[in-house]
Amino acid sequence: MELTGAEIFVRCLRDEGVEYLFGYPGGAVLHIYDALYKQEEVKHILVRHEQGATHAADGYARSTGKPGVVLVTSGPGATNAVTGIATAYMDSIPLVVFTGQVMTHLIGDDAFQEVDAIGITRPCVKHNFMVKDVRDLAIIMRKAFHVATTGRPGPVVVDIPKDITAHKTDYVFPQDPSLRSYRPVTDGDPAAIRKAAELLLTAKRPMIYAGGGVILGNASSELTELVRWLGAPCTNTLMGLGAFAATDPLFVGMLGMHGTYEANMAMHECDVLLAVGARFDDRVTGDLDKFCPNARIIHIDIDPASIQKNVAVEIAVIGDARLVMRELLTALTASGRRLDAPALKAWWHTIDEWRGRHCLEYDRANTEVIKPQFVLETLYRLTKGDAFVTSDVGQHQMWAAQFYKFDRPRRWINSGGLGTMGFGLPAAIGVQLAHPQDTVACVTGEASIQMCIQELSTCKQYDLPIKIINLNNRYMGMVRQWQEFFYQSRYSHSYLEALPDFVKLAESYGHAGLRVDKPHDVEAALKEALGQRDRLVFLDFITDQTENVYPMIAAGAGHHEMHLATDRELA
Amino acid sequence: MRHIISILLENEAGALSRVAGLFSARGYNIASLTVAPTEDPSLSRMTLVTSGSEDVVDQIRKQLNKLVDVVKLVDLTENKRIEREMLLIKVCAEGGERDEIKRLSDIFRGRIIDVTERAYTIELTGDGSKLDAFISVIHPRRILEVVRSGVIGIARGNASCVPDDRSSCLNSNDPSV
Repeated sequence: MELTGAEIFVRCLRDEGVEYLFGYPGGAVLHIYDALYKQEEVKHILVRHEQGATHAADGYARSTGKPGVVLVTSGPGATNAVTGIATAYMDSIPLVVFTGQVMTHLIGDDAFQEVDAIGITRPCVKHNFMVKDVRDLAIIMRKAFHVATTGRPGPVVVDIPKDITAHKTDYVFPQDPSLRSYRPVTDGDPAAIRKAAELLLTAKRPMIYAGGGVILGNASSELTELVRWLGAPCTNTLMGLGAFAATDPLFVGMLGMHGTYEANMAMHECDVLLAVGARFDDRVTGDLDKFCPNARIIHIDIDPASIQKNVAVEIAVIGDARLVMRELLTALTASGRRLDAPALKAWWHTIDEWRGRHCLEYDRANTEVIKPQFVLETLYRLTKGDAFVTSDVGQHQMWAAQFYKFDRPRRWINSGGLGTMGFGLPAAIGVQLAHPQDTVACVTGEASIQMCIQELSTCKQYDLPIKIINLNNRYMGMVRQWQEFFYQSRYSHSYLEALPDFVKLAESYGHAGLRVDKPHDVEAALKEALGQRDRLVFLDFITDQTENVYPMIAAGAGHHEMHLATDRELA
Repeated sequence: MRHIISILLENEAGALSRVAGLFSARGYNIASLTVAPTEDPSLSRMTLVTSGSEDVVDQIRKQLNKLVDVVKLVDLTENKRIEREMLLIKVCAEGGERDEIKRLSDIFRGRIIDVTERAYTIELTGDGSKLDAFISVIHPRRILEVVRSGVIGIARGNASCVPDDRSSCLNSNDPSV
């Protein structure tokens, strides 16, 4: 039976197993919205801005491992989605974003709501397609899901002119989505894996540096087994938090610009570094000339282009993190050897000395003003480390990363690569939809939250009981921190005057709001909010304006050149 | 160092801009770029000349391979190769100069393909340095226009840059191929 393009679109989503479609209607996608109206299998979530749709789909994807799916109209619908697409691209998140397009015969005429969505999104997608014939629609959609979810995942855009959604053809769900030009490697080279095992066995000061690729590759249990077999310290990147349990004694905390003293020092002093699913980002490495000066480096990554991009490595294994680590463990156990135990003991002794610096100390005893770290520590304690935590971007993001100890993957949802303010709330929508029974906390600040605040309306429409933890210091905190350190405290445009009353704002959207400005009220307020299982609570914590994120490695410094809270001087 | 990279890519709208966009977004150099369909109309052949340190060229190859439209890529610089570029040059040729230009063209194995009373248009193929040499022996004031095709190249010997699944007489036992 012949179906219209719009009907085929919906059938394809159903056949791909799509649960939620995040979107916003408009002229170019009205045929599709009409087809959506006539069915109930694919649930459409109406956001209030297309950026929110992409972030919500992204949160859904990060927390489930399934692709997030978005539908927006042409022109401004597409351009509004770009920030969310770029966010997903930088963090390798599988999204399939459908953009409406003007009728085929109008393309190139500067028609109403026409933009070159393919051209605009090209630099921030894994791939994009334009559908030029309704007979290609099903196979292109199939390929889009295939490309988005395999290899190194990423967003894929499919641009669909309006007339295509009205044309008719027979629908058959294509079985084979493969592309001759796209064959991601999964199995690692056995010779390279053997060499990696050999090198690891010679290590006296081994270090494991695991990133978001471990989470994307569902390789946490393999990582855990590997780290424990080696008895080596393990650090996670910002994107990798939860890949290795934060409460495990072998975990030394996050590394990088705001990483722990022990993690960064261990990076600096290690003799063999195993990097898994991490890309040696500048926020992680600091000055490349000072990066891991003593280490021989092994790098496991599914993306060949990540290898040797920023840092020269001795052994590279290209492949799926789970499969490669499994093979690596087999090679290690088959060797019949173990790491040098006395050397390892001495290494841990050194690490414990670094731990003794207690780099995350802050003024806990303060009874006058709320320390943001205290809010997050209390949140961690009350949720027993079991909540999904989304975050926006800035100081609160770093504190959440430092103080909420993630023991499981896919619980920490943040924009690491692009650093997109406004990500947290819409991402929480996607997470809460996917996990209706779980606690979802959005840790944010008064600057970030206002970038997608309109999504409070979406939360109301779908009864999403998200807990918003607004750390309100009346500053763009991270900007203020840099201005204090590097611009002699000239706080240029980083102070937020004329803030809304967030409690009333939340209430006007139909939610509950609560302002907290004393440390001794923090716990009760969090308990109250977490206890409200059926509604969104906006907690507005009035926090210390002067608090900075420590430790800190200034841009361009080495891992050993950290500044702790105790020495406030920065370069 | 200079590298000549031969790329087979899907003959689809936008494929060229993916390659060009990659080079501009990541700040890589393009010295020349030629592209045309192959005997298989679904594939285009692109020959790209770039330069950079070995690390940079290594990244260029990897990033190109990562593009979903790229079917196959070979760095011709790694092996023996043949390089060709075509030059079309229009030069002033008047009076006694006409013989001299003709002689120069013959020496370089060029062909005069268009003639007017005042000008010759000469076609010349060779590697880039041969074309440079020819241009350098013509007085700059006589040169009316220079059009160069950009470099194309192919590996010497039996090696070829074709899709992995393509059979040929060299890798098939079928005597009829």
